[in-house]
Parts: sequence; C-alpha cells; structure tokens
Amino acid sequence: MTQSILTDIKKAAKKSLKAQQDALANTQKQLEILNGGPFEDGELPYFKDKIAETGQFPLKPKTLEVLQINVGYMCNQVCGHCHVDAGPDRKEIMTRETMEQCLEVIRNTGAHTLDLTGGAPEMNPDFRWFVEEASKAGIKDFIVRSNLTIILANKKYHDLPEFFKKHNVHVVSSMPHYTRGKTDKQRGDGVFDKSIKALQMLNEVGYGMPESDLRLDLVYNPSGAFLPGDQAAMEHDFKKALKEDFDIDFHNLFAITNLPISRFLDYLIASDNYEDYMYSLVEAYNPAAVENVMCTNTISISWDGWLYDCDFNQMLDLKVASKVKHIKDYNDDILSNRDIIISQHCYGCTAGAGSSCQGTVA
Amino acid sequence: MAKSYYDPADLRKFGKITEWSEELGNKFFDYYGKVFEEGALSAREKSLIALAVSHVVKCPYCIDAYTKDGLQRGITKEEMMEAVHAGAAIESGATLVHGVQMMNKYDKLSM
Ligand code: SF4
Ligand code: SF4
Repeated sequence: MTQSILTDIKKAAKKSLKAQQDALANTQKQLEILNGGPFEDGELPYFKDKIAETGQFPLKPKTLEVLQINVGYMCNQVCGHCHVDAGPDRKEIMTRETMEQCLEVIRNTGAHTLDLTGGAPEMNPDFRWFVEEASKAGIKDFIVRSNLTIILANKKYHDLPEFFKKHNVHVVSSMPHYTRGKTDKQRGDGVFDKSIKALQMLNEVGYGMPESDLRLDLVYNPSGAFLPGDQAAMEHDFKKALKEDFDIDFHNLFAITNLPISRFLDYLIASDNYEDYMYSLVEAYNPAAVENVMCTNTISISWDGWLYDCDFNQMLDLKVASKVKHIKDYNDDILSNRDIIISQHCYGCTAGAGSSCQGTVA
Repeated sequence: MAKSYYDPADLRKFGKITEWSEELGNKFFDYYGKVFEEGALSAREKSLIALAVSHVVKCPYCIDAYTKDGLQRGITKEEMMEAVHAGAAIESGATLVHGVQMMNKYDKLSM
C-alpha cells in the first residue's frame, strides 16, 4: 500500500504540488496538520510551550546579520524533499523593480551576509544584473545557493563558475550523498553525475580548493524520514569519498534537517512516517539550539517583496508579525521589535545540534 | 488487550521502563549510552555491529532503530546488508558447528 503511494509520488514528482493541485499546496492545510495530530492530542508539546520551558517564548530577533532573498520558485529540478515546492512549472519570479527595492535595503542595512536562494536563482532573467549590482554594495559574505545541475542544464549557464568567481560569490550547493543511488532518489535521475561534473567545473576555476578564498560549501540533507547525523563526521565522509572517487574539493559541509512542510511533509504523510518523524524531532529537541535559530538573525524576502522570519515561514505564507511587512516599507528598527512566528515545523531547527541554512547552530 | 505482541509505537516508550525500577533502568540507559560513544571503535562501526546483532537476536525494535541510526550516519545499504550477513553467517555457523557433535555421537553409537 505504502509502496504504491510512493510510486504515485514518484510519477507525480515531475510536477510541483501546486501544479498537481495537491491539497498540501494550500499552506493553511499544512498548518492544520502541524497543529493537529499528536500535538492536538497532547502527546507531544507545542513548540511554543516547549521553548517557554526555558523562558524563550516569545522568540525575538537579535541583530540582523543575514538578508535572504528568494528570487523565484522556478527550478530545473523537482526534488522530493523540496520545502519550496519549486519546479519548472513555478512562475513566481522576482521582478527587477522588486530587486531595486532589495538593493536599496542591501545598501543601507547592517547585515553582513546576503543570501540568494530560490528555486534555482540563476533562472531569474535578471539574476546576473542583480548579482552585479548587489556585489557593489560591499556586503562581506555574498552567498548564492546553486543546485549545481543548473550549471549544466543549458549552454547559457555553463559560464556560471566564471561569473561567480568574477563577483566573488560564495557558492553553497546541495549534495544529498556521495553515492549516486541516494542522490538520484532524492533529486532525480542523472542529478548525481551532473552535480559531480558541476563541482569539478567549480574546482577548475578555483572554487573549494584548500587555500582558495573562493568559498564552496555543500549542504547535506537526509534523503528520507530521518535526521542528519553529526555534521563533522558527515563532512569527513563526504570529503574522503568525493576526493578519492572524483578528485573534488570543497570547504565545509552543512548538515540540514528537513522541515516537515511542503513536499517533504507530503512525502512524510504518504509514506506513513509523519508521526514518527515529529516524535524524532521533539525527542531531539535541544534548548541550546533555540538561541541561534536562523530567524533570530535573518530576514527572508519573497519574490514579490514580502518579509518573513525565515524561508520556511515564507513557504507557509506566515508574513512577519510587524507593521512593516513589505520590502518597500523596510525598517530595521520596527522589524527588530517583532515576535517571530512559530509553529511545530520549528522543531526541525532545534533538533540535535540544530539546523539552519548554515548548518548546525549549537 | 493489544492484538499483536509488537507495536512500533512501543519503541518510543522504551524510556518508561525506568518508571517501575528507576535505579536499574537508569543504570541500563547510562551503560547503553556509554557503550555507543566514540571509543576504540567508532560510533559508526558500533552502529553496524548493533544492526547485525539486532538481526541475530531478532528484535524488531532494534532493527528499526539501527536501520534509522545507520541512515542518519550516512551508512550505505550495501554496508548494512553486509553487516546482516556477518551476523547471519555466525548464527548459521554456530548451528552447523554442532554438526560435529552429531557426527561424534553418531560414530560413538555406531559399530
Ligand atoms: S530542493 Fe532546491 S534544487 Fe531541489 S527543487 Fe527545491 S529549489 Fe530546486
Ligand atoms: S522554522 Fe523559521 S521561525 Fe521556526 S525556528 Fe526555524 S527559522 Fe525560526
């Protein structure tokens, strides 16, 4: 039974939940699930009550350090675990006008890190223009989250490694495993070979080499209903395998927990893993990780300019609880007074050593 | 009464054994935790040993737990299956080596 559902998911996997008109494309429905089940029954504590035990409710932002801009949900891949529900069929793309508004904020903010994400950010037609303009703003760490395969998806992307180098972009790329089977299962057939080739191309221009300032980090997230293992141990295994098998170098590995939203939530439910997964997250709850969850130093901006506490809240359509809700009215002082909006998906950020877009936090 | 001897949800309740005997329960969990820490053997190696033994003692809870533990550690399915075979080989070897006892007895009893 479960197996046939999984086959259905696989068949449908070429499309986003939105294009399939899946019930879970509705964020309200996702929130209902996250608030119901074992939490409603009182078997597991609500995140709010859990952090209240250590006096951490309401969750408040600290100094803003990271602006994370999602330039669109379009992607060349349709990964089974994607929390963005990204894919080729998603048409939400940031316009140049919204980019101008972002640039205005980038130039004036105290944030030291700019983090461009998607979808595949490179698919936004104004991506290169935006990177060129943003790199002039003197931001210390300029990250682009590249899924690697995009570099080989079309001739017009082949020069991306050179382009990234020219603008001193810090490349952060996902790589679910150092073996072909696991990678392709999570991200699609052929993804492994293309990712390997793309990493070699990045290495060729200097990215990820031991002494190089051109930063190349990898993101690992589990390909299934389990939590990531120890980040340092995983990094060691990845480094050894990628070097021995493909002569690939990279700097750091970030181990990221899959949050139970969007396509990953859909997978958890269809494979009958949802309850167990939530139990695992709650069991691995680490109060020390709460201190540094991503939303405490980040603002996330969507393709249409709305502001969120993090990329996950963006995908649940939970806009910041502040008078200022849109990039055009951006105001650091007003935003820093807000309470961060939380729900049970937040347990994904506080499990074990914690999880953020930069890996563990505790 | 439950209709089945094993319920996957019972694994989550394992910790509750301390409720009926706190001292012994805690001693067990302290010991258990210590055993699986990094030592002369890595935690990864111990996870594979635990998986093999789980099969030999045929404990469905342990099999679930150490399959998941292996996935979390990035252990591949090939490694996991080899560990299971190592356990199975010892178990079948242990059965077969008793064949020598049978042969001895047979010879002793036969003219
Ligand atoms: S996980 Fe990343 S690469 Fe995969 S579909 Fe989502 S945005 Fe695209
Ligand atoms: S999901 Fe977002 S809001 Fe919740 S803890 Fe993580 S970063 Fe913060």
